[in-house]
Amino acid sequence: MDFLVAIVVATVAAGTPLALAALGELVAEKSGVLNLGVEGMMLAGAVAGFAAAATTGNLWLGVACGVVAGIALSFVFAVAVVTLQANQVATGLALAIFGGGLSAFAGQPFVSRSIDGIRAAPLPLLGEIPVLGPLAFSFDPLVYVSLALFGAVAWFLWRTRAGLVLRAVGESPEVAHEVGYPVARIRYAATLFGGAMAGLAGAYLSLAYTPLWVEGLTAGRGWIALALVVFATWRPARVLAGAYLFGGVTVLQFHAQGFGVEVPSQLLSALPYIATIGVLVIISRDAAMVRLNAPASLGKPFHAGD
Amino acid sequence: MLRLELRPAPSAAASLATPLVAIALTLVSGAILFAALGRDPAEGFRAFFVEPSSSAYGLAELMLKAGPLMLIGTGLAIGYRANVWNIGAEGQLVLGAIAGTGVALAFDESDSLLVLPGMFLAGALAGAAWAAIPAWLRTRFNANEILTSLMLVYIAQLLLSWLVHGPWRDPQGFNFPQSKLFAEAALLAPWFEGLRVTNAFLIAIAGVAIGWLVIERSFLGFRLRVSGEAPDAARYAGFDAKRAVWVGMLAGGLAAGIAGVAEVAGPVGQLTPNVSPGYGFAAIIAAFVGRLRPIGIVFASLLIALLYLGGESAQIALNLPAAITGVFQGMLLIYLLAADVLIRYRVRFGHRRARA
Repeated sequence: MDFLVAIVVATVAAGTPLALAALGELVAEKSGVLNLGVEGMMLAGAVAGFAAAATTGNLWLGVACGVVAGIALSFVFAVAVVTLQANQVATGLALAIFGGGLSAFAGQPFVSRSIDGIRAAPLPLLGEIPVLGPLAFSFDPLVYVSLALFGAVAWFLWRTRAGLVLRAVGESPEVAHEVGYPVARIRYAATLFGGAMAGLAGAYLSLAYTPLWVEGLTAGRGWIALALVVFATWRPARVLAGAYLFGGVTVLQFHAQGFGVEVPSQLLSALPYIATIGVLVIISRDAAMVRLNAPASLGKPFHAGD
Repeated sequence: MLRLELRPAPSAAASLATPLVAIALTLVSGAILFAALGRDPAEGFRAFFVEPSSSAYGLAELMLKAGPLMLIGTGLAIGYRANVWNIGAEGQLVLGAIAGTGVALAFDESDSLLVLPGMFLAGALAGAAWAAIPAWLRTRFNANEILTSLMLVYIAQLLLSWLVHGPWRDPQGFNFPQSKLFAEAALLAPWFEGLRVTNAFLIAIAGVAIGWLVIERSFLGFRLRVSGEAPDAARYAGFDAKRAVWVGMLAGGLAAGIAGVAEVAGPVGQLTPNVSPGYGFAAIIAAFVGRLRPIGIVFASLLIALLYLGGESAQIALNLPAAITGVFQGMLLIYLLAADVLIRYRVRFGHRRARA
């Protein structure tokens, strides 16, 4: 029983950064902006969060700095693709490379520093319920924040007028513009939200999941998050389920050897990447279904009056 | 207020000028960054650009690093022109290095002149095979090649890590995760004593020349460009979109595989866990800054190679982390893509005049 609880808690912890980054990207993509730079924004968030926490000793200031760093990078992206009409695919790659370089550079003094990270703690009262307490109420605070964000985004996108406008901009910026909505401003907001979530995801990695900084800490999670959005056909609930599924695959690699499975550790480490390719293949096979679910203007620049 | 006016036709002049604009903006940002770090910008400029290019050793290193960049960049450009986004060249390079090492280790006792060509052939095929996976997944299952080719980078690096920690670890290597040193016949001989530049540079130049023929002078290159710029027209003309994916992916994979062999048979001399200093990703920047045209890519590769060397010399001269190279690389590409707005638009300041 304790073992099962440990696996569930580890799965949720491993899935949370993926879930956060993918949720942010989902909102950006719903407005028609494809930001492939999630990996770079996560790295910026991770290093900024760790640097702030290691310097000041305040973990929550670290989280805030991670979010700000993610927003800053996404702002650069938004200026390039929304205002200056740059190619979204190429600019996203550039942002991933830039974030990688910037984080390696800025993080140099913090390599091998250690901090006391954000810890999982049972909630008062609820955490004491037998079985359910350890399973549902014993995570670190950011896990609950991520769940609340999922609920809020799902409600916003499908239950509010502003969410409807955001989706309309993603489906047809021309029509949204004709009706009088500020397409560029909405795309900016959605892109910045994506950056904030990627920064938060990065900070979660460097402050809660593995409280340390090394170059390339995110290890491709930003790209896996991008794949998750496609896998989830742009639906928040499926993003969350997919993220935990991937979290489970990650946890599996740590426990497989415990079960006496004799395979090279590298093969186990490769599992999340192989699984990403696998789910992309499964979901993309039906081209019509992907087309139907993807925001129609995804990746296409829009400039009023062309 | 900044406002954009669509040009009647894309400006060819602007398309040549924007890389220069991007370089200028990167230099200005670099000066600000140095100043912010409390270093003299002039010092930084000297460490980055003058120091590496003012000695025979520096120039040899420049060619050593520019070679793989221009080779891979040209291969990638063939795909990018057709809107085929192979961003996994780093993994294809690793596979090339692995296959080349396999041949080198298998013929360790041989002093045949065929060992090196065999290594390059194996590396090219392995790089192409690794690139064929995303090509197949895209053409057969419609899976996005950006994500699959990138996932394969991580898988390639783990495969490499397994090999150097396991089956290929040098028994006499003091337990370091690396293969044994290659025999003489499996190494590219340096041109000059003490400098590391080898015939791999000529191979890179030859690769760029072939790429130039394909891109600028062949019907295949024309078809790829049409597939990228006007997919509907390409379909109407009977150009096969799947073939564009295959050609685009394999060109990058071949080039990266060859570059991978050049690393293990050249400056590295054995298989190590960090066989590439990120050439596969830097080549993406070279391809774009070079305007997806081989001649431009040669110049862009020299510039990016200079940034690599500059990072090393800044580490020594200014005590800055060499990772600053990555900052400049990323900055250069973002500035370029943003400046490209000038190709299709005129930038005007002030409010839009009322039109009749």
